[in-house]
Amino acid sequence: MTDAKTFMQAPDERGRFGEFGGRFVPEALMPACLELEIAFKDAWSDPAFIEEYNTVLRQFAGRPTPVTPLLRLSEKLGINVYAKREDLAHTGSHKINNVVGQTLLTKRMGKTRVIAETGAGQHGVATATAAARLGLECTVYMGEVDTVRQSLNVFRMELLGATVVPVTSGSKTLKDAVNEAMREWVTCVSDTHYCLGSVMGPHPFPWMVREMQSIIGHESSRQLIELGVATPDFVVACVGGGSNAAGIFSGFANTSARLIGVEAAGGAAVKNGSPGVLHGMRSMLIQSEFGQIEEAHSISAGLDYPGIGPEHAYLADAGRAEYYPIGDEVVLDALQLLSELEGIIPALETAHAVAWITREAGKTIPKGSSVLLNLSGRGDKDVAQVRSLLRGE
Amino acid sequence: MKPLETKLRAVRDSGRKALVPYFMAGLTPDWTQHVEAAVHAGADAVEIGIPFSDPMMDGVVIQEAALTSLARGTNLDSICADLAKISVDVPLITMTYFNIFHHYGLERSIGKLTESGIEGAIVPDLSLEESGPWHEISNSYDLANIFLVAPSTNTERAKLLAQASEGFCYASARMAVTGKSSDEGDAAQVVAGIRAGSDIPTYVGIGITTPKQAKDASKIGDGVIVGSALVQLLIDGAGPGKIEEFITSFRLAID
Ligand SMILES: Cc1ncc(COP(=O)(O)O)c(C=O)c1O
Repeated sequence: MTDAKTFMQAPDERGRFGEFGGRFVPEALMPACLELEIAFKDAWSDPAFIEEYNTVLRQFAGRPTPVTPLLRLSEKLGINVYAKREDLAHTGSHKINNVVGQTLLTKRMGKTRVIAETGAGQHGVATATAAARLGLECTVYMGEVDTVRQSLNVFRMELLGATVVPVTSGSKTLKDAVNEAMREWVTCVSDTHYCLGSVMGPHPFPWMVREMQSIIGHESSRQLIELGVATPDFVVACVGGGSNAAGIFSGFANTSARLIGVEAAGGAAVKNGSPGVLHGMRSMLIQSEFGQIEEAHSISAGLDYPGIGPEHAYLADAGRAEYYPIGDEVVLDALQLLSELEGIIPALETAHAVAWITREAGKTIPKGSSVLLNLSGRGDKDVAQVRSLLRGE
Repeated sequence: MKPLETKLRAVRDSGRKALVPYFMAGLTPDWTQHVEAAVHAGADAVEIGIPFSDPMMDGVVIQEAALTSLARGTNLDSICADLAKISVDVPLITMTYFNIFHHYGLERSIGKLTESGIEGAIVPDLSLEESGPWHEISNSYDLANIFLVAPSTNTERAKLLAQASEGFCYASARMAVTGKSSDEGDAAQVVAGIRAGSDIPTYVGIGITTPKQAKDASKIGDGVIVGSALVQLLIDGAGPGKIEEFITSFRLAID
């Protein structure tokens, strides 16, 4: 970067990252957002809280996750790809980092219950897991469409003692699950924390979730140095709301690395969207001529979201990060490629980032470049869906 | 003082409790006749809902009405064109989510609304903290801004919201989204919070579905807002006659 701006700092006092972010919620939820902001700031500057958070991540969530050089893929593509292995974290994705933090915060605020939205089910499973560990009651809202394509995750949540509520309004996917969780939060805000799953929603969520995911970036920056890479040329992550991307970008925002977010083509908010207000935030959204939010479409439930976190909208606007769409058609190929060459079955979400790297190697990514891939999750949850797509079973 | 507030203060000064029904614009082709029927039966102002795809503050009834209306092709332009057909002598107030106006353009929205006879706006997801730019423009157009105060609002915020409200202040009777409810609610506490900050007319809404509930609420506030119960009737196909009957039952209860 030629200018001296530092990126990925705290938002301003109104929760803005440039023109994006803020707090667009019904008055009923404003006090809870204000309370949460104070509680988060207080906890995040309390060494005892940070110590507890790090201890749980180490002893329970399996951190630090390794960085794996992807040797055969690198050889095939003529670049050097390193994978940050969030698939090896407990529950199989990066989502655990955020929920460990938020559930500890829930207890600290004296609340006894959490609610969450989920798309692919990963955030729901992670929330149910972290809630079980602390004895918090847990209810997860999930679009009815997603309860079908991710039925095993529904059962996992139930095994973990959570209640899963299928959401039948609107497009019956992630955005509607967020609406329903917000509506529910209005009725129970005094004893319940809304454990939002990505860097979206009203302030302080986008900032808080990024902070709770920034461990991905900090670990990988250290681990790459150990592998002899001072600064990678590219850092690549898939983007639904943008939490795994924000987490890994955090470690490299003020380096020379090019930051790449990969969105599902059917939910490419940066490329096809315009500024708008949804789910408590001003960000980039896919919307109609009259400001109706359009339904996203993706092979992966976790990227099926018509918006993007406000900090990403800002990073795109400021030219610090780049966001590209990847269509469903190349995602399965990427999933198979990584499985066969590296012995890692990635989540369908993650496969979008793999597909972008595969497509752009030798093009946007010059030969010989070093590329850090955030391997945000494992593909076990998607195996049944992939089988039916590949074999028609 | 914005014209809406002058009119609503006059209603209160006359000793009358205000009755404010909510309609979803564009729900049926003849929706404007439904508004007229309600006014004929004694509504003192009417809330005109503009449908939004993601109504975060609304329960299932208004969600369904919004989707039905959107499926009919309703948008801000078509609503404003329809509004030209309404001839009533009570104020019209719009209620919708901020993205509708954000996307259409703030100044363009406010110009269009006021040109179409809208005198006030309730935008539940436009928090006090985010309302500055909208407020500034609406001041030069005589559009009144109405804020909600919730049971979770503390006294300090309630005061600020009451003072920022124009026309009336919306007392949310309970911690809930729009829809049915049977509990007693917290209207008394909310109204007291508003009155500590301002003598603006204060109307109670959210979850008021029966004449009995309206009667109780009208003893606490200066008026009542009735939404989902009426919208349910309309979804079930009620015509002007049914609507007059419904409004009359509420009118009798609060008079
Ligand atoms: C494995 C995996 N990666 C990525 C995502 C997308 O979320 P985010 O953009 O917040 O990282 C999900 C969401 O469910 C996921 O399960």
